[in-house]
Amino acid sequence: MARLSKEERKISIMTKALELFSTEGFYQTTMPSIAEKIGMSVGNLYNYFTSKEMLAKDLILYIANILGEEIRKINESPLSTKEKIDAIVHMYFKIAQERPETIEYFLRVYLSNREVFQNCCEGMICVSAFVTELMIFFEEGVRCGDLRDQDFFSAFGLFMGYLGGMVFLNGEKILPKSLESYELSISDNIYHALKSR
Amino acid sequence: MPSNPAKLKIIWLQGITCNGNTHSFLNDPSLGRLLESVEFIHHPLLACTLNLSELVEHLPASDILIIEGSYKADFERAYRRMDSVLPALAAKAEHIVSLGSCASFGGIFKEADPERISGIVFDREKALGPLAEMMPKVITLSGCPVHPKWLTFVIDMIRAGKAISVDEFRRPKELYAYLVHNGCLRNEYFEWKVDSDRFGTKEGCLFYAQGCQAPFTHGSCNKILWNEVSSKTRSGTPCFGCTEPSFPKRELFSTKTYMSIPAEVPLGVPKRSYLALTGAAKSFHIKRLEERLIDDNA
Repeated sequence: MARLSKEERKISIMTKALELFSTEGFYQTTMPSIAEKIGMSVGNLYNYFTSKEMLAKDLILYIANILGEEIRKINESPLSTKEKIDAIVHMYFKIAQERPETIEYFLRVYLSNREVFQNCCEGMICVSAFVTELMIFFEEGVRCGDLRDQDFFSAFGLFMGYLGGMVFLNGEKILPKSLESYELSISDNIYHALKSR
Repeated sequence: MPSNPAKLKIIWLQGITCNGNTHSFLNDPSLGRLLESVEFIHHPLLACTLNLSELVEHLPASDILIIEGSYKADFERAYRRMDSVLPALAAKAEHIVSLGSCASFGGIFKEADPERISGIVFDREKALGPLAEMMPKVITLSGCPVHPKWLTFVIDMIRAGKAISVDEFRRPKELYAYLVHNGCLRNEYFEWKVDSDRFGTKEGCLFYAQGCQAPFTHGSCNKILWNEVSSKTRSGTPCFGCTEPSFPKRELFSTKTYMSIPAEVPLGVPKRSYLALTGAAKSFHIKRLEERLIDDNA
């Protein structure tokens, strides 16, 4: 088997760390526990990430890039604005189902422990790839007349707050039905809330 | 160049105009020097050889024909229609200067009759004006008004027999390759996305809310200063984009946005890159840039 490059090895470490962070929380997860899960020495782990905070920062960048890349594909597709909303909701819930640790990390580590990120991820820097694509989605939706012109964060909060909230409820096992069964009604709700009158 | 060159013979003819470029020209501190080296066959205000009636009767040859104001075929000057006066004068001119945005693209007066009013070469951005076929000898000086030194530059270049490098609208690159944004004293506020919330202050960028079009408007307003001291953006007023074929747009004092995102981004910058950079810059709060530069109450 070919030897992993340093970058591939970093991603492999991040994938394992993600599972720990999203289930145990930021403070319960330690560099030794991450090293143990991966099966490498703590000293070697520090060769890849100089601190737990730097690892946490790289993880949010990694997740924002995954989500951003998915939304970019949707933005660049010939879909209508309504169909793009459907596609974004579907993509988000699919990732939440198939790779729950990514959304869990976003909600339970990044958003819940802002003090960890304040010195290396000011404002939206570390989630720029994701937020930029939503900016483009909203801007194009308004430009073509499908969406109502309003403050970006009002629309952003409505869209992503809604999706994040549903994934959170699902994670808490509060939802009576499966996440995907809500897709259609949620994307309809988002479209009706945002569409031009 | 000969030691005592003959004076350049200039005709300054007005179409549909507010006289703005004429008045701007009179503000050039070097006007006295210029007048020693040129002879106005006709000028609406300055001493000249022919009055308007004599001009349209004789239709003389010239070294430079300067046209100020929009073109409309049946607009009359001294009871002669422009479609009989302008082509005849243009054919006998060595060089033609389209002075101001009205002569260049139609400008503000085009709004009154968009189907019939145009610039002399360009109708907005299309070369459909009456002198389109003479384009190679036309220099476009767009602006509302044109900076007097821009005209002086062109006259000096012609007198010196030097070629003037031009852009796709025949505007001299020496003057229009820059964006008005270049040299703006508010560039640091633009970099860090610190908005100005009112007009007339020294602080803040006018691009995000106040309608400034400097990042996508060609012109050297912040390089060759107005009255040699200032510019719109330096004094706290947004650039109106007056040198572009799209001038005038509506709502010049507010930035058109879609969901808080500027409808137009800086020229040549991909929207995605601009938004990513903006989001990053907005994440920082630079206290120095959020304070008054000179605080009288401090």
